[in-house]
Amino acid sequence: MSRIAERFARLKREGRGALVTYLQAYDPDPKTSLALLRGLPGAGADVIEIGVPFTDPMADGPSIQRAAIRALKAGATLSRVLAMVRDFRKEDGATPIVLMGYYNPILAYGIERFCNDAACSGVDGLIIVDVPPEEADEVEPHAKAQGLDLIRLVAPTTDEARLPRVLGATSGFVYYVSIAGITGTRSASSASLEAAIPRIRRHTGLPVCIGFGIRTPQQAAEAARLADGAVVGTALVDTLAASLDEEGRARPETVRQVLDQVRGLAEAIRAG
Amino acid sequence: MTKIVPPNSFRQGPDARGRFGQFGGRFVAETLMPLILEVEKAYEAAKRDPQFDAEWRRLLTHYVGRPSPLWYAERLTEHLRKEAAPGRGAKVYFKRDELNHTGAHKINAVLGQILLAKRMGKTRIIAETGAGQHGVATATACALFDLPCTVFMGATDVERQQPNVFRMKLLGAQVMPVTSGAATLKDAMNEALRYWVGNVEDTYYCIGTVAGPHPYPAMVRDFQSVIGIEARAQMQEAEGRLPDALVAAIGGGSNAMGLFYPFLDDPEVEMFGVEAAGRGLHTEEHAASLEKGRPGVLHGNRMYLLQDADGQVQEAHSISAGLDYPGVGPEHSWLHELGRVQYVGATDDEALAAFQLCSKLEGIIPALEPAHALAHVIRQAPLMDREQILLMNLCGRGDKDIFTVARHLGVEM
Repeated sequence: MSRIAERFARLKREGRGALVTYLQAYDPDPKTSLALLRGLPGAGADVIEIGVPFTDPMADGPSIQRAAIRALKAGATLSRVLAMVRDFRKEDGATPIVLMGYYNPILAYGIERFCNDAACSGVDGLIIVDVPPEEADEVEPHAKAQGLDLIRLVAPTTDEARLPRVLGATSGFVYYVSIAGITGTRSASSASLEAAIPRIRRHTGLPVCIGFGIRTPQQAAEAARLADGAVVGTALVDTLAASLDEEGRARPETVRQVLDQVRGLAEAIRAG
Repeated sequence: MTKIVPPNSFRQGPDARGRFGQFGGRFVAETLMPLILEVEKAYEAAKRDPQFDAEWRRLLTHYVGRPSPLWYAERLTEHLRKEAAPGRGAKVYFKRDELNHTGAHKINAVLGQILLAKRMGKTRIIAETGAGQHGVATATACALFDLPCTVFMGATDVERQQPNVFRMKLLGAQVMPVTSGAATLKDAMNEALRYWVGNVEDTYYCIGTVAGPHPYPAMVRDFQSVIGIEARAQMQEAEGRLPDALVAAIGGGSNAMGLFYPFLDDPEVEMFGVEAAGRGLHTEEHAASLEKGRPGVLHGNRMYLLQDADGQVQEAHSISAGLDYPGVGPEHSWLHELGRVQYVGATDDEALAAFQLCSKLEGIIPALEPAHALAHVIRQAPLMDREQILLMNLCGRGDKDIFTVARHLGVEM
């Protein structure tokens, strides 16, 4: 069983949803980023998404755009992100790691080599934002061969006719983008989530996580209750950004502040 | 590398997946995917509807002023013959799309797309713009059809294209300056796509060039092909034959695709696409995606792209805001690999020289974009025989650029 499947199975037995966290690798520097990564499981993150910095993050709002600029300035590359995952795996063999990013850095790295290196580094799943199922034929065989889950986004605009196709191409878990919009801009209403999740469940037995627009512990708890997990990204990136000094460098309290927020989210989810 | 076999026709693309060879496609986030498919379906239906075509042509004739004239640039021809070897110096013709309403070719595809948006029941229009020509054309069509219009424009371009910014505002459009990245055309397109993701229900994204996710590259090309179709007939009338060479400037590539497409299967017609070489191809500051880039994915399609070894997109540079783009449309990428079109560069300085030469010799102030094409005409025509014909797409007029040019020439205005 993959780490992702194992983790969701365990949480199901525990009767709660997952806290999925998102931070960009190398934001704001490699040392702080690794410290955050290592601290996440202890703070209560069940699944870790690592954003791979890209110059043109078309689905991301201003917070994550700025994170990408900081990370690229700090020297982030896809191979360095993989090296960071390897460092993390020296101490943690159980927490699932999902890389989330855009296609071009993977193309530049070489798809087959990337899938091989990612799996060897301890990556469990991939979210490639700008590769819809229609364009996935180059990636799918290599990801499958390496046992990497291809996690798909389902959006409010994904209609009934399209849903089976999108879900059919998904493994690991389903990422429900709760709003038609970019990351970190607005939040979905409870009513729209209550309608959306059963619609997806009719077509899949995979765990469903809700993301985009989840900022508070209350929102996270609600999403984790309605679905199988809540993804929190921009809110964490914002806390990180607010903790930096005028030059955009980490302060001594940066890691603690972000992890404290993760703890708050995890507690709310555990309390149901 | 696998050998590329030339197709039976260069006019077959794209395939059902929106691919020209390996280029093109639909690399967008899931939120946009259903909408992209809807645009494709609507466009396929519109193409088959004679009423749609009739309405578009009515607008082209009575609103835009088409057909645009074909002009024999006699003084330029004679000037270039003076420098040429005996018996050399092709006849130079201009396809005068700068005479269109709004001053460039962009309006051709904008009107087609706005009619499509109306068929789809969309009530808001967004667009990206570099030089401001596409923004002005979109704002114009939106004024005519009473549609609210938002134009995304890099803050750098807002600065260097003030006349067009004011024009868009006069026409009732909202201009959104984009400050991310180098704040030019690439960033404007990112921001337009982001806005679209958040407003999919009522908004149509009117793309200005032959790039973006399928069906945009094919659709914009189809509308712009009116340029080449007219030029073909006009050249037959003027000279009784086809031209020997075509020259057009390439940013994303819409004016070039519009001129080239109807001639692609005429092997006797040579074609030159002129990219912005900025401060020179030996420097980092240019926009020559085909000569200096490699295939990659950005803005919904696979195309030649200026990028570093890690796949991060690099900033383009050109004196011309309309050519300042690190990618180039997928069909050009394909024609480049097939060798059907030759892609060359012209520097900022060469474009500036051509800009002045055209103004003095022909009494036509060209936009900086076709000034790049003209820079190649100046190199190419003297190499050709006197009996040969070279046709250049003069795709925009230079009113918007006079401040930029004055600054580069050290003139206070």
